[in-house]
Amino acid sequence: MEYILIIISAVFINNIVFAQFLGVCPFLGVSNKMSTAVGMGGAVLFVITLATIITFLVQTYLLDPLGLGYLQTIAFILLIATLVQVIEVILKKSSPSLYQALGIFLPLMSTNCAVLGVAILVIQNDLDLLRAATLAIGTGLSFLFALVVFTGIREQMDLVGVPKGMKGVPIALVTAGILALAFMGFSGLV
Amino acid sequence: MNNLAVFTKGILKENPIFVMLLGLCPTLGVTSSAMNGMGMGIATMFVLIMANASISLLKTQIPDNIRIPAYIVVIAAFVTCVQLLMEAFTPDLFTQLGVFIPLIVVNCVVLGRAEAFAAKNNVWSSLLDGAGMGLGFTIALTMLGGIREILGSGSIFDYKFITGDGILIFILAPGAFIALGFLIALINHLKIKKA
Repeated sequence: MEYILIIISAVFINNIVFAQFLGVCPFLGVSNKMSTAVGMGGAVLFVITLATIITFLVQTYLLDPLGLGYLQTIAFILLIATLVQVIEVILKKSSPSLYQALGIFLPLMSTNCAVLGVAILVIQNDLDLLRAATLAIGTGLSFLFALVVFTGIREQMDLVGVPKGMKGVPIALVTAGILALAFMGFSGLV
Repeated sequence: MNNLAVFTKGILKENPIFVMLLGLCPTLGVTSSAMNGMGMGIATMFVLIMANASISLLKTQIPDNIRIPAYIVVIAAFVTCVQLLMEAFTPDLFTQLGVFIPLIVVNCVVLGRAEAFAAKNNVWSSLLDGAGMGLGFTIALTMLGGIREILGSGSIFDYKFITGDGILIFILAPGAFIALGFLIALINHLKIKKA
């Protein structure tokens, strides 16, 4: 039950984009077409889960015992960059269809702040491995959810007349703001 | 391009937030007050200047096909410096900014300037480019933080000039998106009018 609550709270209450402002760049960048949005969301879900588990293990079994906590930032970003490369190579060989769907988004993952952000937040909040992995899955799902909802709205918005200065990113940001407002209605749910 | 142009282009013409739309996560995340915005801006400016200068110095040593990981390591090293310095000297600001300090590593502005400018130019202009871009980033964050603080709590830099509550929503998450959206729209509008 507790694990289900972690996921629900990550998706609705502490939504990674609308409440924590992580991963806003890809959120605005790929929300023009539904197929790319789903691909990106899937890639984030996949990488965020693996990255959080691996960085968690490195922090607990390597950095903490050796007293190297201050190397956290450098170690994590290197691990994530390497992990992304490895995933790309493995996917290319073993599952070409999945690679086709996620491939072009993978290189963007190493500079996605949602991935590094969750890895660091998990350590800061002192979670155990199972809870950390659950939170990572929940966060990935929340990004996918936010991205799909937002893309649906943006696809409709292409048909609407918008003042010149508001075209593109400004109207997208205001829409995201209203969506964030809607998400605030979920607070207190858990 | 002369030195002055290298320095000033980051402030207005190529402002990382308002024009290039890079690094939006910290922009939205920490600007609930002008002070937080400015603190984050200065921290990023420090990393930008140092990373630009070192990458420019190292550009002949770094092999071309592993340059991105090499840049990330250099940037991460300076971010760790900032993290430790802020924890020691400005502990309050450090807790307020929280996870966004280590996340300077993945700020697209920093990596973007390293790749687009520092890797091709000499140390002195890279330093100026970093300073200009950093200043542009700081100004944008302070502006957004200031607007949100004025609307949301009726104060600026913690100096309260309206008694009672402001429009609370501007301090909360949705206000960040809406305020930045209208700010960029205003700048676009002025640009269209001028053209």
